[in-house]
Amino acid sequence: MVEIAEAGRVSIRGVTKIFNPGTESELTALDRVSLEVEPGSFISLLGPSGCGKSTLLRLVAGLEQATSGSLTLDGEEIRGPNYLRGLVFQDPTLFPWKTISQNIATGLDARGILAGKKDKVDEYINLVGLKGFENVYPHQVSGGMAQRAALARALINHPKVLLMDEPLGALDAFTRMRMQTEILQIWESRGTTALFVTHDIDEAIFLSDRIAVMTPRPGKIKELIEVPLGRPRARNHPDFIRMRNKILQIFDFSEEHLLSYYI
Amino acid sequence: MSLSKGIVARNLALPRLRSLKLASLQPAISLLLIALLILVHKILPNVQPSGNTTNFVDLVYVLAGLYAAWWIASSFVGSLKARLEYATPIIIAVLVFLNAWELLTLKSNIFPAPYFPSISKIIGVLFSDWQLLGLSALYSLRLLILGFTCGAAVGIPTGIAMGWSQRFSYWMTPILRTVGPIPATAWIPIVLVAFPSSFWASVFLVALGTWFAMTIMSWSGVANVDNAYFEVGKTLGAGNWYLLSRIALPAALPIIFIGSFKALSVSFVALVVAEMLGVRAGLGWYIQWAYGWAQYQNVYAALIVMGLLFSGVISFVFYIRDRVLVWQKGLIKW
Ligand SMILES: Nc1ncnc2c1ncn2[C@@H]1O[C@H](COP(=O)(O)OP(=O)(O)OP(=O)(O)O)[C@@H](O)[C@H]1O
Ligand SMILES: [Mg+2]
Repeated sequence: MVEIAEAGRVSIRGVTKIFNPGTESELTALDRVSLEVEPGSFISLLGPSGCGKSTLLRLVAGLEQATSGSLTLDGEEIRGPNYLRGLVFQDPTLFPWKTISQNIATGLDARGILAGKKDKVDEYINLVGLKGFENVYPHQVSGGMAQRAALARALINHPKVLLMDEPLGALDAFTRMRMQTEILQIWESRGTTALFVTHDIDEAIFLSDRIAVMTPRPGKIKELIEVPLGRPRARNHPDFIRMRNKILQIFDFSEEHLLSYYI
Repeated sequence: MSLSKGIVARNLALPRLRSLKLASLQPAISLLLIALLILVHKILPNVQPSGNTTNFVDLVYVLAGLYAAWWIASSFVGSLKARLEYATPIIIAVLVFLNAWELLTLKSNIFPAPYFPSISKIIGVLFSDWQLLGLSALYSLRLLILGFTCGAAVGIPTGIAMGWSQRFSYWMTPILRTVGPIPATAWIPIVLVAFPSSFWASVFLVALGTWFAMTIMSWSGVANVDNAYFEVGKTLGAGNWYLLSRIALPAALPIIFIGSFKALSVSFVALVVAEMLGVRAGLGWYIQWAYGWAQYQNVYAALIVMGLLFSGVISFVFYIRDRVLVWQKGLIKW
């Protein structure tokens, strides 16, 4: 059985991120952003390109430092990267010199606790449906399989939060929908907290408990929307479509525009 | 190998009639050319001083026999046939060259002796002087292995450290920039007096050339590693040592191997020059010595041995690389 990870609470309070401060190319990527991510919840950051979604995620991952404000995980200040905050990028960034199973085992290997954990690695290979592909190299698998491996690689450390930056962005529509279902299954079975970046409205509605709608220049959370739909969600359900229209309105798409778009 | 498979596959795709003709004609042409080579030797009078050519003729007989056996066997074994068809055009070209060379040298002296000895004479040297040639090859190999290993053992860590640490790179760059581009062989006057023996001086020269190429390539290899790998590593709990040894190093290996081929060609040059000027052993010394006595056939024989030796060394490094970099797709084959 897959061990249940302890879910973490992420608190983002008044976080501002300014790139290249004091220079000509100074850029305020995030402006006083606050967000409370409840333990075990699934929250999406949704917004157009350049609104600071990745920047916010990288701050939580500890790969960037906030200019001001505070970020905490279970009350502890986030200072740098840590295996308790697992990260999956749009590009799977599997290590090409490692086989799929070695990639998935990296977290254990890096922490020096790999010895005698073959069963555990197999468990995570099975979790993401990669049985039979343990010994192939990343260039030999499809994009969807590579992304599954990247997911397993992040999960094997039992992170308290799983950070995903457009993990399905590079996949075709069919693989993408199937992977959305799989991610939900994994998230539900593992009970971890999930923070998910996307600019696909349907994807955000399908997956999330709450959606943080972000707008650019400067990057802000414009609205935090509850998704009061039961799971599993049907993408053609009237409530789903109503939800989608509501979000489109937040982005200032006019009613006429919407009508012509849907006819 | 993969190249040959591709070509064979294309040959097999030719219309059946044509491939039949080609396949059956070409080996016959080879055998005819072999017969011609022997006839030329036996019948035409020698114009250049010939030396002992029996070794050559014997060798031709043996090779002709092997080739004929191959041809016969190929009509029973498919893989032998494919290889025969692949190799035969090259064999024909070599035979044409051999015939022409023997006619131009031994049989007419159009290419004058002693500068252009006949192949038969060179083969004769390979047989009569194989002990000294073999010993020289071993000396060269020893010098190469020692020098290359020392150079790589210092160069790879230097380069990796430069790619890894800004501070180290700050202090190393000026040294690398000024010392690196000087050809190792230019140091000979200094190195020969600075080292206790000319042998260690030569090792140093080979190592120096290797060091530079390995350092540069390891440096750029590590400096160009995609930062995303490090970021993923850090979020997976990797410490600095893991990031360096398990991420930076393997990611840089393809470029480090390119560096090792560069380093090899540099070290071949350093080796030959060092042997010609310093140590009194090895193939470089053999060539120099034969040249001193105007024994050009020995020079050519040593060149042949050197070609085989260095090519073997390169093949060996390619072999290692193919083992180490199995994960890479689209490797160039040697
Ligand atoms: N390292 C950096 N240096 C300078 N500017 C940066 C850096 N990283 C991001 N930015 C800028 O910050 C802003 C927000 O970038 P970010 O990558 O967070 O956007 P995003 O919402 O993830 O966009 P996308 O959907 O295209 O991925 C952009 O204007 C970007 O150019
Ligand atoms: Mg982004």
